[in-house]
Amino acid sequence: MSEVDGSAPEPAAVPGVATVHGTGVRREALYFALRNRKLVGGLAVVVAFLLAAIVGPWFVTEDPLTYVGPPAAGPSGSYWLGTTTFGQDVWAQFLYGLRATFFVGSVAALIAGVIGMVVGFTAGYRGGLVDEVLNMITNVVLVLPVLAVLMIIAAYLEVRSIEVQAVIIGLFSWPWVARAVRAQTLSLRSREFVDLARLSGLPVRRIIFREIAPNMASYLFMVFILLFGGSVLFAATLDFIGLGPTDGISLGLMLNHAKQWSAMNLGLWWWFIPPGLGITVIVGSLYIMNVGLDEVFNPKLREM
Amino acid sequence: MGRYFSRKLLIYALTFVVAVTINWLIPRFMPGDPVSAMVARAGLQSPEGVAAMREYYTGLFGFDVPVWQQYLNFWGGLLSGDLGVSLWAFPQPVTSIIMAAVPYTLGLLIPAILLSWWAGNKFGAYAARKKVLDNTVLPIWYVLTATPYMWLAILLAWALGKVAGLFPVGRSFSASLRPDWSWLFISDLISHWFLPFLSLFLVAFGGWAIGMRNLIIYELEADYSHYLGSLGAPSRLVRRYAFRNALLPQVTGLALQLGVIVGGAVVTEIVFDYRGLGYLVLEAIKASDFFLLQGIFLFIVIGVLVANFIIDIVYVLVDPRTRAGMGGGA
Repeated sequence: MSEVDGSAPEPAAVPGVATVHGTGVRREALYFALRNRKLVGGLAVVVAFLLAAIVGPWFVTEDPLTYVGPPAAGPSGSYWLGTTTFGQDVWAQFLYGLRATFFVGSVAALIAGVIGMVVGFTAGYRGGLVDEVLNMITNVVLVLPVLAVLMIIAAYLEVRSIEVQAVIIGLFSWPWVARAVRAQTLSLRSREFVDLARLSGLPVRRIIFREIAPNMASYLFMVFILLFGGSVLFAATLDFIGLGPTDGISLGLMLNHAKQWSAMNLGLWWWFIPPGLGITVIVGSLYIMNVGLDEVFNPKLREM
Repeated sequence: MGRYFSRKLLIYALTFVVAVTINWLIPRFMPGDPVSAMVARAGLQSPEGVAAMREYYTGLFGFDVPVWQQYLNFWGGLLSGDLGVSLWAFPQPVTSIIMAAVPYTLGLLIPAILLSWWAGNKFGAYAARKKVLDNTVLPIWYVLTATPYMWLAILLAWALGKVAGLFPVGRSFSASLRPDWSWLFISDLISHWFLPFLSLFLVAFGGWAIGMRNLIIYELEADYSHYLGSLGAPSRLVRRYAFRNALLPQVTGLALQLGVIVGGAVVTEIVFDYRGLGYLVLEAIKASDFFLLQGIFLFIVIGVLVANFIIDIVYVLVDPRTRAGMGGGA
């Protein structure tokens, strides 16, 4: 990233994209980041849930689907979130479900982010026919209703694992990333420091990753957060309609079971409130974190 | 303008071809064998019965001809409106089952989409740059957009339906009634419709309000707003200009969000046992009725494409630049 330092006085013409000036800017960003209540608060909640997802399952039963307690018991000292109609421990299911949620979210976001960036950078930087073709593909996948496609694919898979779910979600959620990255690459492509790099004979891959990408690093980070949130919601939806992983547990599957065994009619609120609340709080905190990040990176939004 | 529309139509035509190809490809090239799965589901004991059923389903999928001919036959059947026969509701054709369910889904979706878009934009524009509102309602909107559709639906069904007993939960109208134009039936229909509508409306509303708030803040920072303000224009006027400019990305956003909202409608219907496409999705999955599921998939794709095209037309109406052939839009 240090190579970009020479081009210091470039203004950030694209909203949300700060031109990299080196360590000074990074220290300034950190200064505002630590004082941003939205960012710190959101991050704290997400980290707390992440820790629960990583550490939690070690402290509960090995298999969250075994019948351990009395059926349909409310929250108590021994079963913190009560039990299902079959006597499964809801708290244990919740902790294992959190693990699945974080896994699907990060893997799917990573896949979608990489595809979106590669397509966006290539289309935006190359231009011409390559751009036309990639743009057409992006637009086609963008119009396809993702959930319907996922539904068809998942239905024909006889054995579904969380890994496969994460991959298929990632494969179909990249188009808007490609579009946004392409637009920003287009505006960065004609900057002087990129021209300089091109004149000095750097290969395209190096120009993209050393000159262009660092200038939208903050934006790409925010894209990852949005992809994570979106993937978690997609996974929960698939799980709920009965196309979730065929073994194991996830927050969406808990909702699916609760609906299937009419927890609503039986008034077993401890069965269906925690999983949905978990998803809502995690994704909501991420969105609020994103607003905080936006304020840190974009000074115009800062003085509210 | 002609170029704008022809480009859009090309994209939609390509998307349709891709969707149909996915629909054709997946049963054939996925690991596992749909014919075996369906035969196994029937649970026949005698080997003759299994063999006969196997042959029947193989013919139904058209597996007994070369691959390229299978693909052409698939298109042929599709264009004549033949999507196969449902196994869940044997022997009804898939098309007629879906046609019977579509009005219920549209009746939920169209009001929920339009009202949430309108109200979200109005409310978001009102809240922008108002510190008190920003600190009180903004977090609520963020929580709403982060809520999984089915969870809000479950909460509403449980709190307002079961606990408070304000609205009936389950089915699109009471099982004891027959559809007719009587007041009794219509009021029953509306009372069953309200909760699914409300839960779709609320989740979508949060997203539109947040988007509009951010766009208005951005527009109020633009040069034309500052210039107008420095000329002494009342802030109401400045905000009105900002609103009209901020509306354009929101129209595009509506097109982008359609798929997500349709997915939301599917799960919301499942929660309320509302007899639209979502209910069919659930039954098709439970019964491994692949023909029905694929038919629903195509209907959803066609619906989303048609809605996209309508939004394109609206875009031309609200953005004069596309009419003058100066680009704009995307």
